[in-house]
Amino acid sequence: MSHPKDHSHQHDGEHDHDHDHEHDHAPIESPQEPTGTLRYLEQALRELLNEKGIITAAQIAQQIDLQDSRTPALGSKVVARAWTNAEFKQALLANPLEAINETFGLTITTPLELVVLENKPNLHNMVVCTLCSCYPRMLLGIPPAWYKSTDYRSRVVVEPRAVLREFGTQVPITTEVRVADSTADVRYLVLPLRPAGTEGFTEDQLAALVTRDTMIGTALPQFEQA
Amino acid sequence: MTDSHPEFPPPRFGVGDKVVVKNGPPETHCRTPYYLRGVNGQIIELIGRYQNPSLLAFHKPGLPKLWLYRVRFDQYKIWEQYNGANSDSVVADLYEHWLVPVKEHSNVAP
Repeated sequence: MSHPKDHSHQHDGEHDHDHDHEHDHAPIESPQEPTGTLRYLEQALRELLNEKGIITAAQIAQQIDLQDSRTPALGSKVVARAWTNAEFKQALLANPLEAINETFGLTITTPLELVVLENKPNLHNMVVCTLCSCYPRMLLGIPPAWYKSTDYRSRVVVEPRAVLREFGTQVPITTEVRVADSTADVRYLVLPLRPAGTEGFTEDQLAALVTRDTMIGTALPQFEQA
Repeated sequence: MTDSHPEFPPPRFGVGDKVVVKNGPPETHCRTPYYLRGVNGQIIELIGRYQNPSLLAFHKPGLPKLWLYRVRFDQYKIWEQYNGANSDSVVADLYEHWLVPVKEHSNVAP
């Protein structure tokens, strides 16, 4: 990647010029890792930030650890608490992050706005980011690969019910399917409906029913009555 | 974040207002999806003021901040061939400068 002002040739379709840049490419550390321009770009950027003292390698490692530590388990706990505690549910819908931090002793901070979408008998919410891959990482961790696929992102706003069926999810025609497209500074968590027959369940038993996909809105909590 | 523009005007729209999304090309970095341009919708929530993504994309402070709304669109108004319930909808988060008011009972395209 040379600076534009150093470019003598035009990138207008003629790509038969010699690729004779002077720097050495970094060695490929593992044959399993992705290669190509993006990989080199990531490595070059990371090393530059490191060399210039903007971000240390330790900070990068810490951030990776933090990202990896976030899993849908936190979201499941939040939903199970909302199902069993009306006061918490009210606080969660009004001020999601504040309610979660206070109740679970966390210190999640983000410049983004977390919004909880409550499913109702006549309203089913599902979440997408048609522009990229916005996702409530603070509660669910890293998004699944399909969430970022062009296929899901383009189809879910055109034929949400067909997409739901492919996930094995049937939503009655009398229920509004509402697709939340996170196009800006809002991140969405779906609060699914508590399944019937779970009245005697503990919070832990309930949390086990709340899978990642139920909080994205592509699935419904499943409970087989004995 | 400190807001250096306390004189910023109040929100132009309120909950329940009918709006249409502008149908022009984006000025720069755009958060308004193409499939919603020119479509009529209704404000369901005022989220707050956020830094302008078109400026943030160019390493500028993104000020003045812009009002951000949650706007609900009927699926059948977005897609002529929509196959689902009449009540099915999309809700997108849109900045105020992309929205134009629609007069009550008006079916006129922008």
